[in-house]
Amino acid sequence: MIRRFAIPLASLLVLLALPAVLTPYTQDLVVRIAIYAVFALSLELLVGMTGLVSLGHAAFLGIGAYATVLVSGDAGASLLKVLPVAIAAAALYALFVGALSLRTRGVYFIMVTLAFAQMAYFVAHDTKLGGGSDGIFLYVKPVLDVGGATLVNLDDRRHLYFTVIAALALTYAVLALIARSRFGHALAGIRVNEQRMRAAGFATYRYKLAAFVVAGALAALAGVLLAAKDGAVNPELLSWHESGAVLLMLILGGIGSLNGAVIGAIAFTLLTELFQSEALLGPLAAHWQLSLGLAIIGFVALLPKGLIGLRARLFGARHG
Amino acid sequence: MDLATFLVQCLNAVQYGLLLFLVASGLTLIFGIMGVINLAHGSFYMIGAYLAFALAPWFGDWFLLRLAAGVLLAALFGYLLEWAFFSFLYQREHLQQVLLTYALILVFEELRSILVGNDVHGVPAPSWLSGGFALGALMSYPWYRVFASLACIVVALALYWVVNRTRLGMMIRAGASNRDMVRGLGIDIRLLYRIVFAGGVALAALAGMIAAPLSSVYPGMGGSVLIICFVVVVIGGIGSITGALIASLLVGFVDTFGKVFFAEYSGVLVYLLMAVILVWRPEGLMRRGY
Repeated sequence: MIRRFAIPLASLLVLLALPAVLTPYTQDLVVRIAIYAVFALSLELLVGMTGLVSLGHAAFLGIGAYATVLVSGDAGASLLKVLPVAIAAAALYALFVGALSLRTRGVYFIMVTLAFAQMAYFVAHDTKLGGGSDGIFLYVKPVLDVGGATLVNLDDRRHLYFTVIAALALTYAVLALIARSRFGHALAGIRVNEQRMRAAGFATYRYKLAAFVVAGALAALAGVLLAAKDGAVNPELLSWHESGAVLLMLILGGIGSLNGAVIGAIAFTLLTELFQSEALLGPLAAHWQLSLGLAIIGFVALLPKGLIGLRARLFGARHG
Repeated sequence: MDLATFLVQCLNAVQYGLLLFLVASGLTLIFGIMGVINLAHGSFYMIGAYLAFALAPWFGDWFLLRLAAGVLLAALFGYLLEWAFFSFLYQREHLQQVLLTYALILVFEELRSILVGNDVHGVPAPSWLSGGFALGALMSYPWYRVFASLACIVVALALYWVVNRTRLGMMIRAGASNRDMVRGLGIDIRLLYRIVFAGGVALAALAGMIAAPLSSVYPGMGGSVLIICFVVVVIGGIGSITGALIASLLVGFVDTFGKVFFAEYSGVLVYLLMAVILVWRPEGLMRRGY
């Protein structure tokens, strides 16, 4: 038990100590990676644990982010108000999307989740509510006041950093608990053989729907943090490129493990950072999507089990 | 809305729907027969539109010749792409197919940006299709749009004929229902797949070429078409060409009239249509019927 969680716990301690040595740029980078790790973990609940490949997960990230901005308005709002509203909004949309898309399976499911995410994208992009293609600014970032004292102010970079790390730890813990619970075991059963689970008396549709809603809610948490970090939202948050990117993080790290999702978020963010770096790649940096596309093809073709699988592969090769 | 406006909108809806059908039919065939989910299908539409732009100075007013040349090039490209890339996807999981074809989109878009740049370009319609015919006292409808609809109808009929009335179509239908049996009967399934894929690419590129003078060519044009075509395939039922035709027209009408009546929320309507169909028939209108 202790050994199982040794790596995550050690990483958490390192993350808590890091701000002492980080430059502002790298601290921002760590915050971004940690937010994407929350996002990737939320999708891992669907893809890795339940076996549902969703290509519309960005919708819930975007709803969380937009809810943050809309609830805050010009005057700002308490985190105690922003978080529940954002999470409830995303969970509600996840309930709607899940209830319909889970009537389908396999490739249909992929296409339907993508289409419903696009619907949310159009609401953000085309309506007055969403502020059009430029998005909306978040003028006053959420704060957490308790008894007159400001405990957390997300406008403060250090507060933001520790809040994000706490959210990551919380998400990781929630998913680790789900994986060990009866609910998690049922999801694993559905992933392996849904028909058998149904024959064993499980209402698999409801289990999948519950997983879909929880995943949407956790993605909204990442969305709230992302809006607080960037101080603005725009429709690109809900675009299918974002949904594709988070799926990539999972396969990059290795599907079927929480550590894999976190490693994938790290690897993907660093990879895009590298490909966009003009200092390292010169003129190629302007065409970073080309490098990224080719890298993805290489990764998926050569490492279908992700970076986590690499260890087992090397280890296995040495003994085999 | 007076009668003339209504007629113009109806013609627009049919024309948009038929264009969608060309792209979606290739998508549904490729999925139905090879079981590959191809996110890069929208890129073939984009490539077609840019082909029309690139070939325009060479062919001048020889518009039909330009279309033919473009279709040939696209089919050749599809044939090579299947050989070099897609033939490795059949045995992989859906998730990996999604990511690999997603990566392909990034590559195509970036190559497009390197080769042609990121500007919006207009593509001229041929001069023998300029102008339009009068509809009512004030409105006129451009001949080029009429041509676009007719061309799509001709292609749809040809597709129907090929799939239902020829030996190749028989093999395609057989390949969709039982791959191993077809191979057992001595048909080269790999070649068959390659031909179907090349055909799908050619159809999408043809749609792009026909659409280019109407919409001009611009970055990201493939992505929006792709997602709408997914909606079409979901509504119509995977693998069904008839379903794709009905669904395309349905989407065309909902989208066109949605823009007239609910401008702000028109983008959402098509997806609501899909939601309703999913509640009613989760497998699509026509599951696996040709």
